[in-house]
Amino acid sequence: MNTILNLDQVSKIYQSGDRSLTVLDNITFSVEAGSTMSIVGPSGSGKTTLLGLCAGLDRSTSGKVELHETRLDGLSEDQLAAVRNKYVGFIFQNFQLMPTLTALENVMVPLELRGEKNIKPRALDLLDKVGLADRSHHYPTQLSGGEQQRVSLARAFSNKPQILFADEPTGNLDAETSEKVVKLLFDLNKEAGTTLVVVTHDLELAAKTQRIIKIKGGKIISDTPGLII
Amino acid sequence: MIPSETSPEDIKQGLNLPWLLKMAWRDSRRNRSRLLLFVSSIVLGIAALVAIYSLGDNLRQNIDSQAATLLGADLQLSGNKPVTGKVKKLVDSLGIKRSEERSFASMILFTKNNGNRLAQVKALEGDFPFYGDLETSPLSAGKTFRNGKEALVDQTLMLQYEAKVGDSIKVGEVTFAIAGVLLKAPGQTGLTSSVAPSVYIPMKYLDQTGLMQKGSRIAYRTYIKFAPKTDVEKLVKSLESRFDAADLDHKTVQSQKEDTGRSFKDLTQFLALVGFIALLLGCIGVASAVHIYIREKLNSIAILRCLGVKGYQAFLIYLIQIAGIGLFGSILGAILGSVIQQFLPIVIKDFLPFELTTGLSWPAIGQGIGIGLIISILFAMPPLVSIRKISPLNVLRNTADTGKSQRDPVIWIVYVLIIGFIFGFSYLQTQNWIQALSFTAGILASFIILTGMASLLMWLVRKFFPTSWSYLWRQGLANLFRPNNQTIILIVAIGLGTLFICTLFFTQTILLNRVKLSSSGNKPNIVLFDIQSGQKDAVIALAKQEGLPVNETVAIINMRLEQVNSRSAATIESDTSKEQSRRIFGREYRVTFRDSLTSSEKIVQGEWIGKYDPKSQLIPVSVEEGFAKRSNIALGDTLVFNVQGTIMQTYAASTRDVNWAEVQTNFLVVFPTGVLEDAPQFHVLLTHVPSAQVSARFQQVLVQKFPNISIIDLALVLKVIDDLFNKIGFVIRFMAGFSILTGIVVLISSVLISKYQRLQESVLLRTLGASRKQIFAITALEYFFLGAMASLTGILLALISSWALAKFTFETEFKPELLPVLILFILVSSLTVIIGLINSRGILSKSPLEVLRQDV
Repeated sequence: MNTILNLDQVSKIYQSGDRSLTVLDNITFSVEAGSTMSIVGPSGSGKTTLLGLCAGLDRSTSGKVELHETRLDGLSEDQLAAVRNKYVGFIFQNFQLMPTLTALENVMVPLELRGEKNIKPRALDLLDKVGLADRSHHYPTQLSGGEQQRVSLARAFSNKPQILFADEPTGNLDAETSEKVVKLLFDLNKEAGTTLVVVTHDLELAAKTQRIIKIKGGKIISDTPGLII
Repeated sequence: MIPSETSPEDIKQGLNLPWLLKMAWRDSRRNRSRLLLFVSSIVLGIAALVAIYSLGDNLRQNIDSQAATLLGADLQLSGNKPVTGKVKKLVDSLGIKRSEERSFASMILFTKNNGNRLAQVKALEGDFPFYGDLETSPLSAGKTFRNGKEALVDQTLMLQYEAKVGDSIKVGEVTFAIAGVLLKAPGQTGLTSSVAPSVYIPMKYLDQTGLMQKGSRIAYRTYIKFAPKTDVEKLVKSLESRFDAADLDHKTVQSQKEDTGRSFKDLTQFLALVGFIALLLGCIGVASAVHIYIREKLNSIAILRCLGVKGYQAFLIYLIQIAGIGLFGSILGAILGSVIQQFLPIVIKDFLPFELTTGLSWPAIGQGIGIGLIISILFAMPPLVSIRKISPLNVLRNTADTGKSQRDPVIWIVYVLIIGFIFGFSYLQTQNWIQALSFTAGILASFIILTGMASLLMWLVRKFFPTSWSYLWRQGLANLFRPNNQTIILIVAIGLGTLFICTLFFTQTILLNRVKLSSSGNKPNIVLFDIQSGQKDAVIALAKQEGLPVNETVAIINMRLEQVNSRSAATIESDTSKEQSRRIFGREYRVTFRDSLTSSEKIVQGEWIGKYDPKSQLIPVSVEEGFAKRSNIALGDTLVFNVQGTIMQTYAASTRDVNWAEVQTNFLVVFPTGVLEDAPQFHVLLTHVPSAQVSARFQQVLVQKFPNISIIDLALVLKVIDDLFNKIGFVIRFMAGFSILTGIVVLISSVLISKYQRLQESVLLRTLGASRKQIFAITALEYFFLGAMASLTGILLALISSWALAKFTFETEFKPELLPVLILFILVSSLTVIIGLINSRGILSKSPLEVLRQDV
């Protein structure tokens, strides 16, 4: 299998006056294309920081981050944006839909950004897959949390990303809705063959991935296979 | 490993302009009412500018089309002595028609009610005006009065003395029947007719009036009409030197057009500057509104960045929104301005020597829209450029990364552009580097001071936080410095608004007080002049008989300057390197002699010599400082005067500073005693009358006994000046009205937009159990502190700027009235609180959940 994400001795240190705070300390791992993995750990362990680095949202203090064989640390902000648009999909805990766009428009944005044509049917198809075809013209505020996260799923898969980062995707949802969203996430992922990296402290969700990396205090403390494959 | 398909170079996206436009449109959809709100602050400013530019345009067109009727002839020659000899022959050979006019100030008496007043008497011969008419009522009077012993009397005089056509007036020794009411004469404005109302009489009766005595100040004018297609300009150019040599001033249609155009250009430029203040206020509104708007858009921008939108693309999305809404606001302003300009002629009609017709001015509309667009983009730039730096990481954590970076060099370029724009615009209006620079520096300094005051307030509140106060006070105070505070923005916006409005108010008061000062107390309020030497004692006796004090009598001798340092008008003209103006030779000087200085005079340079020593060759004279500077006369320069045929060799022994604001006779040149006592002279007498009745009686007796004596009733002059100021004041207030309205709009939009800043917090407090009343109190306190601080700083700055204006520009004292200042302070502070509270009502009347679910 090919490696899609590679981290080599990555550290992230925040400087605050004279004091420095090491959030990530010498992190090294790689992710095979098409696999699923989760990063788990308690609050403040550095999970979200790690996700930010992997997805090219942030820069490491030292070490090397390669995404799809592209070294992210050498890229400008705008080049990183282009990388994200081309290879990366996102799902966030608080959905992060554009409040001023309808569900359909939210799904179309990544495609429009690429300048692709005839995208409406594809976006509608994705909304259909998440069960929201009839809500396509609704604004995020007119949708429930679960519905918003499903729109977010459709958006994440719209640009056929190579890798999908999900940050606590069920953190803001009730148990029943969570279950539906997680099923949808894994189904869509399987269908698209996308690499999935989930950041969560929900061990049940983590167990659904092929690999679990546990971090604590900015360090990897275990790297084990998931329970359900 | 999967094969590398891409390198960083491959990962390039185009600008994708169609998508940016689409996104700008979509993103604005749910915010349009708010976008409109901040554009509303520039609408009035643009309206003011478009109205004034249109007015300027219409004035230009009207002056062009009515230029001939402004002068009434193709050429006007004027001087202060009769034209004789060769020059007379030359003048008589010009044109196909000529008309003569002699004009002088004299008392006229309405025989019906014995009312009298100083008027500008114009004795006319010939068919003037050749273009346009002497507009009269009845219509025919303008022509027929020349045939009999009849006069045309200005309508302000007719109204004042309740005279009717057919009544009589006495001018000097001659009684004329009033043939008609003079409504309008060429070049005359409503204003000139109230300052110096005209009375036209036929020339043939002039001598009989007995007013043409030696020493009388008479203007001699010849109006000339040329055959059609004569190149008057060319002809006048070729004769210029001969006119100059004969001390004849000349005016052509073209020069009249330029003069009139120039004075109205000054007026429109001044008004445009006042309008610009409204626009600048609006700009602050735009800047603060966009700032808050972008702050709320942080998350949306971060999401877009996450999805792969580049920094400059995100910037462009919002730039397009602002430009679009700026364009919309400017068009709205241009429409409003075009409507307003239809009414401007009503406001300024008293200043116009012609009927003003108004039409749509496309250049003005274009200019207004252009400026509106530029200004809304330029002032939105500081918050907009920060978009480029907003990190996508904001979607993962609420680190309140505003993308603001002081080190971003682009922001400094934007600031320089903004300052450059303000300077450039004010320079275009004033055409004066220093004024434009002071205007820009003043605005910049006010901005810096207000920002400084806001920061100081935040620092002070934090440093000396009253921990023992009740929760509501503490919360209201803490809102001033906590994250997401609006202290700086609101203090700058409200403070600048208060500053502009307050300064306008103070300036107006300074100007009005300056006039009133000179009329107070026991100072002279009646000036009699043209008293012949033989009449002097009788006039003094008459005044004493009426129980009036004689404050001052002054002898006045008319003379001409022939040489300065042995150089005459002719030699100065041939020497172009010399800066001396030959103009100083053309005029008549009214000079007095005395042995001491008056209370309004101070020696600046040299020595005051009050008595002439017959042994010395030259007569020591004292020259007014400003006149000496303008005329390039230095201490010790020799001046040769011609006193009606007698040559006087003098030198400038001293220069004097003269306070012209004092009501007394002031002179450019003062001789010592012992020289002019026997020269032909007339006298001026100053007295104080206690009431209008006494004044009327005294004037009546005086005019009947001495018809040649002119009386200036200062009470009347003050009334005229007061009227004038009221009219000017109205124009200024009308324009300042735009600033005030804009200030209120900016206040409303700033406060309205800032409500979103406090929304989450208020809802949270509500959720935690805060009552409506408590949230109301917290909000009211926060806005009160903001409004009070802003208006206080604005008023303080206005006091400083008005004091500077009073001291350096108007050279007068500045005593601000406290009551209006207090009222303004209370008004601005309470308006801020009220608008702030009205805003929060929306939050308070709904359930917390309802608000939380809403898209903010």
